[in-house]
Amino acid sequence: MHAAILARFVVLEARRSGLPWLVAASVAAGLGLAAFLSQLAVTESVELQTAIVAAMLRACAVFLVAAQVITSTQRERDDKGLELMLSLPLSRSAYYLGRLAGFAFCGGAVSACFALPLLLWSRPQSVLLWALSLGAETVLMAAAAMFFSVVLVQLVPAAAATAGMYLLARSIGAIQAIASGPLAEPSLAQQFARWSIDGVGLLLPRLDSVTSTDWLLYGPPAAGAYVGAIAGLAVYALLLVAAGLFDFHRRNL
Amino acid sequence: MTRDERPLAAVPVWVWFTLALALAAQIGWQAARPQAPRAASDLPPPPAPGVLRLASFGEPAAAARLAMLYLQSFDLRAGNDIPYRDLDYGRLIGWLRAILATDPRSQYPLFAAARIYAENPDPRKARAALEFVYQEFLKDPNRRWRSLAHAALLAKYRLKDLPLALRYATAVDRLTTAREVPVWAKQMRLFMLEDMDELEAAKIMLGGLLASGQIKDPAELRFLKQHLEQLEARIKDRSTRRQGK
Repeated sequence: MHAAILARFVVLEARRSGLPWLVAASVAAGLGLAAFLSQLAVTESVELQTAIVAAMLRACAVFLVAAQVITSTQRERDDKGLELMLSLPLSRSAYYLGRLAGFAFCGGAVSACFALPLLLWSRPQSVLLWALSLGAETVLMAAAAMFFSVVLVQLVPAAAATAGMYLLARSIGAIQAIASGPLAEPSLAQQFARWSIDGVGLLLPRLDSVTSTDWLLYGPPAAGAYVGAIAGLAVYALLLVAAGLFDFHRRNL
Repeated sequence: MTRDERPLAAVPVWVWFTLALALAAQIGWQAARPQAPRAASDLPPPPAPGVLRLASFGEPAAAARLAMLYLQSFDLRAGNDIPYRDLDYGRLIGWLRAILATDPRSQYPLFAAARIYAENPDPRKARAALEFVYQEFLKDPNRRWRSLAHAALLAKYRLKDLPLALRYATAVDRLTTAREVPVWAKQMRLFMLEDMDELEAAKIMLGGLLASGQIKDPAELRFLKQHLEQLEARIKDRSTRRQGK
């Protein structure tokens, strides 16, 4: 019950801090950019608009949600709201999970809003799968941003760590493919580099295989692959929540 | 004005002045900057497909299409009469290959190669573009036959190379197996051997494509229609000149 109240306050804070306006501005900017670029295309203009709007809105969704989590957590700490909350009969887990549930709700709402313009060009089934995947991605990034905000305390390191993790998770597949390419020199140093990259890959979610623009352009993915990709995000989100709770319980406030 | 703001009069005059001056300087600076179109020589070496994929941050479809728009901008209006005439086709084809490898299901690089870059008056460059289309067609014939069909047409009428046109037409016939491939495309070999002019052949091809409902994209329809009109004008111009002689 306490967690639900906290989640409600987080959503209220997001609404009052201008998140809906930023969502609307992102949609408008995406549509404007797509309309401009489609004028330059000599073929595949519809695919171009879909791909650009989807890619842009995906990045915007993650940025907005992560920024909201980091700044809200920082504000809560600076205003001594955290100490006030923990002086009440409220467990640390309920506090952490309640706030995370609020951020997850914001992520889901942002994803739903960002999926709507894509219905202009893509089939509803593909858009639905894309939106659900974006929802899962934003929830995961909310958990990551909250984890880094709690662990690193300061705003800039938390934002940098969240952005770094996100970009690395989206490009790790390409990095691994480059490292194991046929032109790579078969030396010990190269082997070591490849193992290191594979090791980093084990510690990251595979964000390059979710919320794919290909689903919007070329049809929905195979059910097995889709469920597997989303399940992978769920496992990683659970890991982040567990790690965040672990640190939060140990911290002397 | 909210309660958090003071009136505008509270801002010192020198701050107003500095703000106005800085804004004017910024606009003037940007307006005075020469904005020359990108010339052919500006085209950088192509990236490796893996690098382009890495730079896409998991959005290969969007990155491939943006890269095509970027590529299109080179040598388009750089003071030459014919767009893309001076491009280094070695680099250009490297770019097209990297973009196609980034999103192999996109038709854009092949369409551009067959319909734009192969129109180059230099036969060596046109052949290079057509050969790129042929090589890439071999990797996925059922999806890429449209560009090779147009390549066959160009080989016959622009390069006047019937054996090359027949090679492409035979490849379309033999290697495509999908039901969506229309009969006229499968019979392109016969079509190449017939004695008809370029406009007639282009009209048959375009009419066939439109009738099969395979072209739905508004930009592509617009481009093809414009292309046909240009062809009509060119042929009309040529016959007028012949009559004048």
